[in-house]
Amino acid sequence: MTGLNLAATRSPATAAGSQPRPRPQSAAGARTSRRVKAISLNGLGLLIAIVTLLPIFLMISTAFKPSHEIYSLTPHLLPSHPTLSNFRQVSSGQVTGGIGSVWLFVRNSFGVALVTVLIASLLALLAATAVARFRFRLRTTFLIMLLIVQMVPAQALIIALFLDFKTLNLLGSLAGLVLVYAAQALPVTIWMLRNFVATVPKDLEEAAAIDGASGLKIFWRILLPLVAPGLVATSIFAFITAYNEFIVALTFLGQSHSAYTLPIFLQYFFGQHGAAWGPIMAASTIYTIPAMIFFLIVRRRLVGGLVAGAVKG
Amino acid sequence: MAEIIQQQPAVLSGRQRGRPGPTRVRISAFMHRHKLAPYLLLLPALIGIALVVLWPLVQMVIFSFQTYGLPQITGALPTQWVGFANFTATFHDSVFWLSLRNSVLFAVVAVPLSLAVGTVVGLLLNRLGRKMSLFISTAALLAWATPPVSGAVLFYWMFSPDGGVVDWGLSKLPHWLVGSTNWANYNWATTGALPAYTLIALLVIWQAFPFIAVTVLAGLKTIPPELNEAARVDGASPVRIFWRVTLPLMKPIYLVLLLLSVIWDFNIFTQSYTIIGLANSNEYNLSLYIYQKAFTFPPTYGLGGAIALIFAFILLVVTVGYVRSSVRQGALT
Repeated sequence: MTGLNLAATRSPATAAGSQPRPRPQSAAGARTSRRVKAISLNGLGLLIAIVTLLPIFLMISTAFKPSHEIYSLTPHLLPSHPTLSNFRQVSSGQVTGGIGSVWLFVRNSFGVALVTVLIASLLALLAATAVARFRFRLRTTFLIMLLIVQMVPAQALIIALFLDFKTLNLLGSLAGLVLVYAAQALPVTIWMLRNFVATVPKDLEEAAAIDGASGLKIFWRILLPLVAPGLVATSIFAFITAYNEFIVALTFLGQSHSAYTLPIFLQYFFGQHGAAWGPIMAASTIYTIPAMIFFLIVRRRLVGGLVAGAVKG
Repeated sequence: MAEIIQQQPAVLSGRQRGRPGPTRVRISAFMHRHKLAPYLLLLPALIGIALVVLWPLVQMVIFSFQTYGLPQITGALPTQWVGFANFTATFHDSVFWLSLRNSVLFAVVAVPLSLAVGTVVGLLLNRLGRKMSLFISTAALLAWATPPVSGAVLFYWMFSPDGGVVDWGLSKLPHWLVGSTNWANYNWATTGALPAYTLIALLVIWQAFPFIAVTVLAGLKTIPPELNEAARVDGASPVRIFWRVTLPLMKPIYLVLLLLSVIWDFNIFTQSYTIIGLANSNEYNLSLYIYQKAFTFPPTYGLGGAIALIFAFILLVVTVGYVRSSVRQGALT
């Protein structure tokens, strides 16, 4: 414990309340107060972690509870008779309002997110190369446009998007969603990738060009392998954006139940069968776990990525 | 996808022939002379963004100055330019003002609370031992990773009368502490705007503080430890050190966090749609109201467009601040 100098979260009363100058203390006293501080800080940390985990814990444990335990008057943390019946019910689709098994919506969600990632990564890599490798007249304009576009919420556009995609006959289909999601993911993925492209030494490309490699070859053989780690991070980011998206899917999919993505399915299920908490929590768990796994994979890159544009990562 | 294919022939044709052919040389010379390469690389992304963001934005402006409702959708009447009529109607609409108030008040409460909780956790992560901070940051990461719809359903249930832990806990507490409300049967989502947005605020803080905490932590790591040390030797209290040393140094980071949080909390739709829905118009916020205007029967795209435009304008003001502070920090280099 070296960082004991900054007890910003502790109230000053304990340190300076009774004695205005706590500094001239006996060594033993200083050690005791330091230990008290360390214990209380760790206690506060532990409390925050537990409160944060509690909802997730309740969701997962409820998914495994038989219904009489869910509706018992005194809630229990853990199921006393764990069961898979809730998962079985959402798998068979018998409780989901007859719109299908949860796995259909898992497949829809993953399909949409994966295709979104492929399109967005390709377009973003091209654009990021342009921004990181070339100085051109509209470069700053383009970057500022990305910052602004990134902030335009879908709610402000949803009416126009709905009418346009209706004209294109792309409502109620996953293809329409993919187009919107890929475009929505572009600003942040370009911002993130541009830093990765910039770190690839230009000498490498120049050397390859002198050796007679074509532009495409340089791209495939030199740039792509070197930005691959960055591409993984941005792909996961684009995946999560598409995987969580709600308002566009809600508006586009309407009553096309078989095309529902997981969030729309969960919301529909919850709206139709608001009291079937066991199956709802089972569906919610199935939806949530992949997102958590992806976050854990990219955890070290999260800060740089999501403040991309805010703080240069 | 046509855009991508367009730019490939220049490269592909050379590859097929094994040696730069005359066409390839001519195209690449043309591109080189006019410095076209960056523009060609940008083109696909630009087309995507233009089709899905910029053009719809233009359309929204057009809609908001038109009558565009059921008769126009069915083709019974043509769309008509009506000037500012949609805006005048909106400004005389009490539900609009209520929605605006709910949106603004929500952001005013949720943003500072998220920043405060995030800061406390960030400072803790900076001070605690490795194992403990790994535990806390993992817990926070899981809350952050929870998809908004899952979070909304989960919090709705925790605060619901049938089996919700919060109502159960409150009903067990003594009356002098929690008031004489019948907590065991208290429905947070439908009783009124205040309990509904309290619930949503807790949810939003739960999901937003991890991002703020890790960003604050990243900022704290950039502060040289000698500065804190010097202030401490001078006898400054930890709280004073935070306000006088840490905070001024982190001002740019906090500015960005503040603006981002305002934008996020001002346009919460997923959570409010899942928890509140469209049934209680006294609990609307702007996002819900836009949606209700356009997608419940009868649809009024013109009025919805006008509200969306006002909504976008408010966000634009904040976004300009965000862009300016990003540019000042050298984000464009």
